[in-house]
Amino acid sequence: MRVVVQEPPFDFGAEAARFAAGRHDMGAVVTFTGIVRDQKGGGLDAMEIEHYPGMTEKALEKIAKEAVERWSLGDALVIHRYGRMEPGEQIMMVATAAPHRKDAFEAAEFLMDYLKSRAPFWKKEFSAKSKTWVAARDEDEDALRRW
Amino acid sequence: MDVLYFAWVRERIGLPREKVETQAATVAALVEELRAREERYAAAFDDLSALRVAVDQELTDFDAPLAGVREVAFFPPMTGG
Repeated sequence: MRVVVQEPPFDFGAEAARFAAGRHDMGAVVTFTGIVRDQKGGGLDAMEIEHYPGMTEKALEKIAKEAVERWSLGDALVIHRYGRMEPGEQIMMVATAAPHRKDAFEAAEFLMDYLKSRAPFWKKEFSAKSKTWVAARDEDEDALRRW
Repeated sequence: MDVLYFAWVRERIGLPREKVETQAATVAALVEELRAREERYAAAFDDLSALRVAVDQELTDFDAPLAGVREVAFFPPMTGG
């Protein structure tokens, strides 16, 4: 299990390849990448992500550990960036390895649902017209209930 | 104890962290003390339903006790991912 919180970009391809390499007992690896999405019709200059150093790492480790235990994963990886990013940049990725794909997919969804509303990150969007903190969505909170 | 503020709570209060001397028994009592300080605190803590709190880096609620606590953080609902 590996949790990384960093400002610079990460190499998604290299991380995914390294995560999947050399596994003889895991039949399934699932990866997800979150990307900075422009506003409809363009206009987003950048997004800034603030986090709570110390608590962020602890919260992600707790969530990843729970996923590994609950779905008997062979391994799990979470990389999450903070700082300034432009549309198209990769914000974060998760990867899960399990003997079968159902567990790998479910565990990846669980990780995503939890780190969306339980890991201490806050997004702020910058455009020519405004600077706005992204509001948490009720759907994201609801998504936790199914687990 | 150290009190930390993040995102718009930090912007509204105008600083990321400060030392606070308090005898408050719970997070809610600490919030009352902070609210009474100045308008910027009152504005930041106006609607507690819009805020989350962590005590010693663990999410908790406003009833949480403060005995022996080193660090309390206030912030809006999180938007990771």
